[in-house]
Amino acid sequence: MRLITHNMLKCHVKNCDNPDKQFPLRFKGAELEQVEAERNDEFLVRMIPRLDWRALLVTTKELGIELPENIPEEPENDDAFLQALHTAILETHVKEGSMVCNGCSHEYKITKGIPNMLLAEHEI
Amino acid sequence: MSRPEHIAPPELFYGDTEAEKYTRNSRIAAIQAEMTMRAVELLNITDTSPQYLLDIGCGSGLSGEILDEDMHIWAGVDIAPAMLDIAVEKDVEGDLFLQDIGQGLGFRPGTFDGAISVSVLQWLCNADKTENKPRYRLQRFFSTLFMALQRGARAVFQFYPENDGQVELIMGTAMKCGFTGGLVVDYPNSKKARKFYLCLFAGQAPGGPKQELPQGLDAETPTGVSYTQARIQNQRNGKKSRKPVKNSAEWILRKKELARKRGKEDVPLDSRYTGRKRKPRF
Repeated sequence: MRLITHNMLKCHVKNCDNPDKQFPLRFKGAELEQVEAERNDEFLVRMIPRLDWRALLVTTKELGIELPENIPEEPENDDAFLQALHTAILETHVKEGSMVCNGCSHEYKITKGIPNMLLAEHEI
Repeated sequence: MSRPEHIAPPELFYGDTEAEKYTRNSRIAAIQAEMTMRAVELLNITDTSPQYLLDIGCGSGLSGEILDEDMHIWAGVDIAPAMLDIAVEKDVEGDLFLQDIGQGLGFRPGTFDGAISVSVLQWLCNADKTENKPRYRLQRFFSTLFMALQRGARAVFQFYPENDGQVELIMGTAMKCGFTGGLVVDYPNSKKARKFYLCLFAGQAPGGPKQELPQGLDAETPTGVSYTQARIQNQRNGKKSRKPVKNSAEWILRKKELARKRGKEDVPLDSRYTGRKRKPRF
């Protein structure tokens, strides 16, 4: 799972709805893999407002990934920024480990790059 | 032939053997590919840049491969681990999740530019476990999907409705959750070729054009997916299209270069035969 999609995840357990706690899901024992991908600047610039930057900074710090603190005024002209963003969100894959919800403590395990989002009966 | 969803729940029906058979079967793969392309066409994406899409019931990645070819960034959800394992083997680019869509999706509001689903919805209408209530599950699914889509985005579902009651249940629930839209039927008069696409709109983009339900295909429309043909036409006319047309020589070279960069071992060398036009018999 790439970090771009992790940034979009929130906990969907019943009654876990505190927006400050629901996301980002905190990584535990994460094993990463970098996989090259084609960079598309139009896509990156379009996604910037959709990402939760604060959450992305928290996550990248947790995982030891480089990411600038602030978004530049004109990101479309800042090559270094776009490259750092591209590497962080589209080339960084979490292969193993788990994601924990800070609100309800539900743990979503990740195996072979696939997170298990199945909930137990009482969590639906 | 009884319907698959009456035999077992999807995660059991698509066990290792069936998952392998399903994916290897070239007839199924071809049909799935065509339906995926039609679903993407019905999304009516006018933007030329890659879109961030959700593949609902992505299975073994047959539909995901089409999204990869079109350079979209996507996430896929499926309930059958055996199918997802095959998708991992196929090395599809999308982010895969083991998930039961009847439990609701867990994405932040406005995440996706669109969603597609090929041959999945009918599975959501059955009570496989005693605690399953199809109506509640459909509601959980559609309400979380509605939130997860950008305003004005579409969700297109190709599915096999068992009867009119099922269509009403699905559409009624979707509307209750805020969706507008309707059913597009291709080739309505052919029992064999007939395909159903539920085309849902998640609200209106602010200042955007009014959403219109697309026309179904019928015996009079030319065969083949029109938007792909349109892209080939644009290429010939020299119109600016950032994406190389799928399966063109340029596209092939690009994909091979990407595979090499990733450290794949047996990528064939490029030669003057790469992407060469073959005789029609191929």
